[in-house]
Amino acid sequence: MRGAFVRTLAELAAEDRRIMLLTGDLGFMALEPFAEKFPDRFINMGVAEQNMVGVATGLAREGFLPFVYSIVTFASLRPYEFIRNGPILHNLPVRIVGIGGGFEYGHAGLTHHGLEDVGVMRVQPGIALIAPADHEQTRSALQATWDLPGPVYYRLGKNDTITVPGLDGRFDLGRVQVINEGDDLLLIAMGAIASEAAAAARLLATRGIASTLAVVSSLNPAPVDDLVALLARFRLAMTVEEHYVVGGLGSLVAETVADHGLGCRVLRCGVRSAPNGVTGGQAYLQQVHGLSRGALVDAATALVTKSMAVEAS
Amino acid sequence: MGHIGSALSIADIVAALYGHVLRIPAPNDPQRDYFILSKGHAVLAVYAALSLKGWMSQSELNAFCGESDALGSHPEHQVDGIDFSTGSLGHGLSMGAGAALGALRNGSPRRVFVLVSDAECNEGSLWEAVMFAAHHRLANLVAIVDLNGQQAFGYTDQVLSLSPLAQRWRAFGWDVHEVDGHDVEAIAGTIAGLDTASGPPHVLITRTTFGKGVSYMENKIKWHYLPMSDDEYRQALAELGAGA
Repeated sequence: MRGAFVRTLAELAAEDRRIMLLTGDLGFMALEPFAEKFPDRFINMGVAEQNMVGVATGLAREGFLPFVYSIVTFASLRPYEFIRNGPILHNLPVRIVGIGGGFEYGHAGLTHHGLEDVGVMRVQPGIALIAPADHEQTRSALQATWDLPGPVYYRLGKNDTITVPGLDGRFDLGRVQVINEGDDLLLIAMGAIASEAAAAARLLATRGIASTLAVVSSLNPAPVDDLVALLARFRLAMTVEEHYVVGGLGSLVAETVADHGLGCRVLRCGVRSAPNGVTGGQAYLQQVHGLSRGALVDAATALVTKSMAVEAS
Repeated sequence: MGHIGSALSIADIVAALYGHVLRIPAPNDPQRDYFILSKGHAVLAVYAALSLKGWMSQSELNAFCGESDALGSHPEHQVDGIDFSTGSLGHGLSMGAGAALGALRNGSPRRVFVLVSDAECNEGSLWEAVMFAAHHRLANLVAIVDLNGQQAFGYTDQVLSLSPLAQRWRAFGWDVHEVDGHDVEAIAGTIAGLDTASGPPHVLITRTTFGKGVSYMENKIKWHYLPMSDDEYRQALAELGAGA
């Protein structure tokens, strides 16, 4: 997604001189396609994320479209109040780009794990929140949102090869993308782990469980109408996110069910405890937190089986 | 409503800026200078200046800290004449640096003035902006430090020493000027002599008296917070030589 983002941004920047790229000293071997093409519109701000967002706010006030770039935690959490009191409060088109949602920086430890960025951004009504599921959708999402009038937060993965089969790069602001249709269970996924959810859906089919997979990449504006329409058709839904279960996609879906009085049971799959002291790569940490495709299949199977047992009794 | 002592601390600086320095033909002039009150809690002084400029009506001013769309105790950019909302310390200089950089890139004659408090120099983010502005030679950026020596819950030399403040800014690469913060002519004259077209960013370290001009407020921590009684209000106006 990172490569797709940088290439697409460079294409857009060739057409619009307002676009600038600011980095908090990260992006070596990633941002060069932009930096080398537009050296006068690329600034390494140093390791100073608060100032980076503050400067971007001032630049946006002067008519520029600044994209600020760092790892998810440093892009969203360190300068959070600057984002709130800057581009959000002033409704200015600053773009915050966080790289590495979830456990993508697995071995780097908890300081680098992006597990609450969607939660803290989603509570702010004045910022668009985009979490693409693969590199193809990253490209279309950026093309659809780069010139929104207000601020945007992009949560991007690092992987530029994996795709979610059937997603085909589709993106619509405030909408859900449905991948496949089945009546037993609604799977709803956010971000790069959507590919694991898609794999889980295929495995579930081999077990005779037919699922619908929906990808939510526009968290704000939230795809409420689409979610309501989907959830109304199912008795069972399972959310999948590489994020704490509080505040992210699972919360959005649970809120939607509650707000609209829907009868759907929602199982939230996500991170439920801080991975303090547990070291490993992304796949290992997904497994530890029940987010591997195998764990998702087991959780979904148990959910469906239990529901059928209740129904039978 | 509080922060009266803070407003009096900067009143002469604000008078110098709005009376002699800022090129603001109208609040919405596209090439106007920006003034960012990073110590937003002292905005009462700025409202007074906006009123004297004729950009804010007496009725708006009278509605200070009322309800609905009334003026708040920190500046909001929705108010004509306020370009940036502030209130959280350590934020204004970064936004100002960004605006100054943007103005330079646009070839705009805009200058950006940012008034920070001395205690605001406790904030690490302020020094991020100080480094950035010096590195990028933002000559059109002018910071003013209101050096009144006190903060919300103590005196700065007892809370977190800032001394030697001028040397610190100088060491970070700024063009530093130490000025009496109650000498309007000295402030305006110093700024008039700055090269805002090229070179490093500028800072005026302005020594001020918290609660200036009101005997019972001067250098008293409690007047960061307290509202005045009717009697105190009348005494303050008398001491300031203003009509009730």
